[in-house]
Amino acid sequence: MTAGPAPLLAAPVPAARPTFAASFAAIFTGQLARAKIAAIPIFLAATLQSVGLVVLLKGLIDSGSSVTQQSVVAGSSVTVVSFVALNLLAQRFGALKASGALDYFGALPVQPAAVVTATAAAWASFTVPGSVLVAVGGAAYYRLPLSHVWVIAPVVVAAGVSLAGLGALLGLAAPRPEIATVAGQLGMSLVMFLGLVPAHRLPGVVQALRALVPSTYAVDAFAESFKRSPSWTTISADLAICIAVCALALAASTWAFRRAVSSR
Amino acid sequence: MTGTTLGCAYAVSGLTKVYRGTSGDVTATDGIDLMVGRGEVFGLLGPNGAGKTSLVRQLIGLLRPDAGRIELFGFDVIAQPRVVPDFVAYLPQDDAALADLTIADALYTTARLRGLSRGQSAAVRAGVVDELALGEFAHRPIAKLSGGQRRLAGVGAALVGDRPVLVLDEPTTGLDPIARRAVWSAIERRRAEFATTVLLVTHNVLEAETVLDRVAILDHGRVIASDTPGRLKAMVDSDVRLELAWRHDPPDADPLVRSLRARAVEHGRRWSVRLPADEARAALADLTNGPLFAALDDFTLSTPSLEDVYLTLGGAARDLERA
Repeated sequence: MTAGPAPLLAAPVPAARPTFAASFAAIFTGQLARAKIAAIPIFLAATLQSVGLVVLLKGLIDSGSSVTQQSVVAGSSVTVVSFVALNLLAQRFGALKASGALDYFGALPVQPAAVVTATAAAWASFTVPGSVLVAVGGAAYYRLPLSHVWVIAPVVVAAGVSLAGLGALLGLAAPRPEIATVAGQLGMSLVMFLGLVPAHRLPGVVQALRALVPSTYAVDAFAESFKRSPSWTTISADLAICIAVCALALAASTWAFRRAVSSR
Repeated sequence: MTGTTLGCAYAVSGLTKVYRGTSGDVTATDGIDLMVGRGEVFGLLGPNGAGKTSLVRQLIGLLRPDAGRIELFGFDVIAQPRVVPDFVAYLPQDDAALADLTIADALYTTARLRGLSRGQSAAVRAGVVDELALGEFAHRPIAKLSGGQRRLAGVGAALVGDRPVLVLDEPTTGLDPIARRAVWSAIERRRAEFATTVLLVTHNVLEAETVLDRVAILDHGRVIASDTPGRLKAMVDSDVRLELAWRHDPPDADPLVRSLRARAVEHGRRWSVRLPADEARAALADLTNGPLFAALDDFTLSTPSLEDVYLTLGGAARDLERA
């Protein structure tokens, strides 16, 4: 009898990893499923709040002040973005972290940056219908010129991704999901308050705070587009700041994602 | 690759992890040593809080141990945790990350994230939907499915991409017997074809006894026994388990009642007593032929299980499942 040892199997080789683009596309598409499920509630909640602001504030502000009108329409449009990208995404990541669901991504050969950027981009895209509706409807309601209203498109992209990056950061860095929710709501309130009120009407200290909030630059860029002859340099500079914040927010939330996955 | 670990999927030694907290330290794993062979179905059995999930999270590189060593096919998992997803598919307990997706989308997305092409992903999705009989609800969002269907979707996501190691944290919780069988035949097929290694976390004793090649029994972060289920049960094979259900409280004055109660685990009026076989037979004869029979509602006598092994070795928790 020569019962030798069982033959040794060749060691398995590591599987090929997905590219960043493939991971981004798969996660982005997957996140859009959230929109399919919750599209109506997300759209209504985010949009109605801003429609309400546009309508109510018309009765309060001086109809002759075009700067204020521009600020209200631009601030209301960016508030839609902050409601979804900052507030709801912070809640979402807070809940995913608390339930341990991030382990799903942590155990896949996918780069954390792909998870964070694709999720932020998807949630930013959820804000497009509402913010465009508020931008165009608000401008028409206040009889602001509509010739450059298309500026809302780059504004939504830049503000959407940067606020979603911050939303992801808040959700991932918060020690408890309740804190993520409160932080997201406070962030949205800040965006709303600082965006709606024209800068020159704010006290000095608050103006300094306004300069620190990334949504300010999105609001300013969009408000500028309502002027008879907008300064494209100002718009470009404001959007550039938004994009820089966007990169920083995504880098920070990627760091927070790694930490959230490996710290439980 | 070291010579000692050829033919071995996981080699773990001295794995220790302590959670430091303001209200005291909690030892999650306490010097764990394990060897999991290629193609083996290896179980981690233990009550809730025994450290099973903490151990698994260390094995897949999601939790950094304080001390010890983990090798996966010879790779150092602690130094290079990102190699784990290249070899291992993990089914976590929570599926919230996939809850918004339909089963079809969840399987496809997971396959793409494991590096498969679009065409391969669609093909493996079709295969797994068929294998686990998910077709009927494949296009419904996972969040809207029953607990068992959700679990099955999670198992499906772990199966796509044919990783050489499957780490499954309680994969059959909430599954009906048909779905359970589908899961085990899918795993068995992969084992036969690709020598897939399965690391199964469970607190279900019956499942552990029927599907595992070897099992490590965990208690308070330590492996208190590790062997085949048959050899472990042989440690306690002179004993049997007598389960009694009383109609009303039995008389304490009766010497047999006193003697059984002293050794019983009581759940209300249900007692579970482990006894040498001859003693159990004698007790049962007395119970069924004497006046105590009037107080007895039901009884069963069974051969030892892994739960008895766990209790014999000093395990204290009572939440191992026997269903």
